[in-house]
Amino acid sequence: MNKKPRLTIAVSALNAIDSPGPGVAVIRALREAKSFDVRIIGLAYESLEPGLYMHQLVDKTYQVPYPSSGIDTILERIDYIHAQEKLDVIIPNFDAELYPYIRLEGQLKERGIHMCLPTMEQFEERHKTNLPEFGEKYGLLVPKSKVINDISEIYKLSSEFDYPLLVKGQYYDAYVAYNQDQVKTFFHRITAKWGLPIIIQEFVHGIEYNVTGLGDGTGRTISAVPMRKQYITDKGKAWGGISISDKRMLALTDKFISGTKWRGGFELELMKNKDNQFYVLEINPRIPAWIYLAVGVGHNIPEALVKLAMGEKVGPLGDYAVGKMFIRYAWDMIVDMEEFQTISTTGEL
Amino acid sequence: MIKIKNNVAVSDSGFIFNPDTGESFTVNPIGVEIIKLLKEGKTVDTITEELQKTYATDAQTLEKDAEDFIGLLRNFSIAENE
Repeated sequence: MNKKPRLTIAVSALNAIDSPGPGVAVIRALREAKSFDVRIIGLAYESLEPGLYMHQLVDKTYQVPYPSSGIDTILERIDYIHAQEKLDVIIPNFDAELYPYIRLEGQLKERGIHMCLPTMEQFEERHKTNLPEFGEKYGLLVPKSKVINDISEIYKLSSEFDYPLLVKGQYYDAYVAYNQDQVKTFFHRITAKWGLPIIIQEFVHGIEYNVTGLGDGTGRTISAVPMRKQYITDKGKAWGGISISDKRMLALTDKFISGTKWRGGFELELMKNKDNQFYVLEINPRIPAWIYLAVGVGHNIPEALVKLAMGEKVGPLGDYAVGKMFIRYAWDMIVDMEEFQTISTTGEL
Repeated sequence: MIKIKNNVAVSDSGFIFNPDTGESFTVNPIGVEIIKLLKEGKTVDTITEELQKTYATDAQTLEKDAEDFIGLLRNFSIAENE
């Protein structure tokens, strides 16, 4: 009988909060992988990320520097962690981490650390700021949008957009504005937190859908699982959802993957308008927080992603169960002060 | 001819799930009966006749109500014209 290999996999985004990072769900998926066993290394930014304290899921956690601290600082910390843990794979799960990790891919590979990420070109061209060009290039319907870098540009918007419209940050945050004053308020709120630019986007009325999936970099779809959000929080996050089988959504996803030759996990945020047209609102270049639904319907996307990262051939994951729901919940953990103290003072737990 | 979409699931308790859209609905026992008859390939006229045997109401009211209900099924993409 073949013994399963044991892989040491570092996973970030352990912030299982009301606007959750995908880390904890990714780890659950990896723990259920059929083709390998895992030792999970958590990569945390804050000492109160709940995943740090989930010892049944995370074997050891290291605090890491913020993506904005530069790739040399990040690499230095990864080198330290690698020296302790001998990492096989890193799965970065935050949008803001992708830029440094894509840049570090070659250097990490030299050290024997594998990743399955989109290329820099794929990462850049699907960016919110480039969405109109992206839609045109790949034949996808996208809402009209405009990038603004100066508050004075807000005064010209009424000639180009109808209200309400969306005011979005480059990486995070989106608000619906019903008038010019609200646009100004949201402009300041988002720039104070995330900086410039700001994206102004046409508001498409309709029903929200998401697709998560995995491309192998050759244009082939390894997985695509569409979901309808059933319960949405005030932050716009899905707190409940159901797997569906809409063939047009699957075809749209295939078109996206084959056109871009997408490599890695992703999430398409879609809106179906009253004419039953699907608009692509955003393309998130990483696994979403609701990924465990995909695992629950038979597509272990994180496991397939690790196999791709390790250079294995992975075929399409095939059929999945339709009509399965996920319902998220909050859970209070009791944690000893010593643990909080350890991560806060040593940066490790 | 109106028919219930093949992939739409309808339970005996009146729960309907459309796997294309992810929408779910509940209908009362008469709704279940109408959907069952549509699934058997019955026309609206035949359905009205069948219901009239069971329910004490006039043909005109039954026909109107059945057509309204089928219109809703069509609006919600549960039924379609064949």
